[in-house]
Amino acid sequence: MNFVYERLMGGKSGLTGFLILAAFIVVVLPVTLDIFRLNLVGKYLTYAFAAVSLVLLWGYGGILSLGQGVFFGLGGYGMAMFLKLEASSPENTAIQSTPGIPDFMDWNQLTALPWFWEPFNSFTFTILAILILPAAFAYVIGAAMFKRRVGGVYFAIITQVVAVILTVLIVGQQGFIGGINGITDLRTLKGWDITSDTAKYLFYFLNCGLLLSVIVASRFILTSKFGSLLLAIRDKEDRVRFSGYDVSNFKIFIFCFAAMISAIGGAMFTLQVGFMSPSFVGIVPSIEMVIFAAVGGRMSLVGVVYGTLLINAGKTLFSESFPELWLFLMGGLFIAVVMFFPNGLAGLWKDYGYHLTDKLLAGRRWIRAYMSNMVNRKVGGGA
Amino acid sequence: MSASTNTDFTLAIEDLTVSFDGFKAVDALTFYLEKNALHVVIGPNGAGKTTVLDLICGKTKSTSGSIRFLNQELTKMAEHDIVRAGVGRKFQTPSIYENLTVFENLEVSYPWGRGVFGSLLFKRSHTVREKIEEVASDIKLNDALHTEAGLLSHGQKQWLEIGMLLIQDPQLLMLDEPVAGMSVKERDQTAELLKRISKGRSVLVIEHDMHFVKQIAHKVTVLHQGKILAEGDMEKVQNDPKVIEVYLGH
Repeated sequence: MNFVYERLMGGKSGLTGFLILAAFIVVVLPVTLDIFRLNLVGKYLTYAFAAVSLVLLWGYGGILSLGQGVFFGLGGYGMAMFLKLEASSPENTAIQSTPGIPDFMDWNQLTALPWFWEPFNSFTFTILAILILPAAFAYVIGAAMFKRRVGGVYFAIITQVVAVILTVLIVGQQGFIGGINGITDLRTLKGWDITSDTAKYLFYFLNCGLLLSVIVASRFILTSKFGSLLLAIRDKEDRVRFSGYDVSNFKIFIFCFAAMISAIGGAMFTLQVGFMSPSFVGIVPSIEMVIFAAVGGRMSLVGVVYGTLLINAGKTLFSESFPELWLFLMGGLFIAVVMFFPNGLAGLWKDYGYHLTDKLLAGRRWIRAYMSNMVNRKVGGGA
Repeated sequence: MSASTNTDFTLAIEDLTVSFDGFKAVDALTFYLEKNALHVVIGPNGAGKTTVLDLICGKTKSTSGSIRFLNQELTKMAEHDIVRAGVGRKFQTPSIYENLTVFENLEVSYPWGRGVFGSLLFKRSHTVREKIEEVASDIKLNDALHTEAGLLSHGQKQWLEIGMLLIQDPQLLMLDEPVAGMSVKERDQTAELLKRISKGRSVLVIEHDMHFVKQIAHKVTVLHQGKILAEGDMEKVQNDPKVIEVYLGH
């Protein structure tokens, strides 16, 4: 019991924050929003996976990755490949010159399914691939960088480069992976219509469940000695190294874990939105994820979920009415966060919210004291 | 004595050289540190004192020569393996984790759970708590266990870093200017601390403060331009005309 309370929930403040978030996304939003809006919120919440991964990586570990979109994309593409194969059954694609392969392959004169698509016929393989491949890819990048002690701004630039390379690769390989259009027209999962309202509700709640589990797992990491070490590495890397730790292993692990979380988000994105394209892989989405984390508060697992929701809601509202202004607004917001409230929404809450509740409580206590005082005086006067 | 023979020394440095773009910061240095000794290295700025510590703990790689700790060659080992072998090093400016509490600083330094998965499953057991409290009272921070380390005074930060090394129980403790920036009272307390913790281990200290050196040193080595200028007890070193000329006389 103590383990659950202290290590998984993070004590009193952690538990309160977690329960409020859970109630908000699992109860309040589904009750108040229609399915179209809820599906939109579900899409935003898939970005929150990447934002949570940045709390671990950037907030605690001090490793700024400007390439979380890569892992989000890998997860999303994994799921999309499975769904696309199912949508491309010979009956569905009878009008193609080669029936039974995805439509974009047929348009690009491919006559057989490429070898790397074959395993994605299996749902089990797809799930494993979503969890393992992005983490394995992160391991390769992480080992190459961290063992050589590449860090800070150099690491950030390299992750950006990886994001660009992957986008270019996807766009260039239209026949193999769908190119700039992405993988579209995904309809069923194991024969079950994923565009129906029931499916959208189910995916929304599945997404919430996964997101909350990811937060709990992350909390477990942060409350362990590993979590203290992450902070220690961020602040005094040499002291950690000269206390007998192989610092690179810790960085590699957290980078892999962050990649896995982001990939889960990507897979849920594909399920809820019904397609995946390179525009969710490259530099812009990767940087947006960093902004979500910064605005929400990069030291708060719960805060970044609100940050993600707020920015995306703003994006949807503003880009409907002032599409040109939105990017400037978001850029300005990012600068404001960095300059004036570096701990984001969570930091503001901690600095002012607590005081506010304290004041309210104190006010109530004062009134009660005053009232009882008055009563006593009256009683005294009467006697 | 050839480099391969085993010695009774805690640390045997032989013919150690490191050159940075042709400049020899440490030049064919041979130096022995006896067991249970508190040995102080002094010398003017740029003498190569800190570089010697960097070489021992693996922060800087040597150009040639050997460093043997309890007859184990250190020059080819990774930094964390050198620490695990039993060499602890305190940096010149206090290197502590300002955002963690004193307790957490000591816990992070505790030599269990040094691997990724070990640290995830590390448990704050009774033994761990006891050891942390024991070390905290050694460094006079037992009342500040739950204070954020960033809020400690400069002297307390220095002690905390020494405590972070003590908790690993190293056979060789290296301290780079441990009393820099301390008040007179803190210096005396640190001298006491060093005398206490040097029992059962070798301690290598770099220091500028002569009064402090006199208080603690069993043996003093004067380093100048990467070479040993004089060695012996404090009195002998202080009366050495070469030393007076390059260092003490100024």
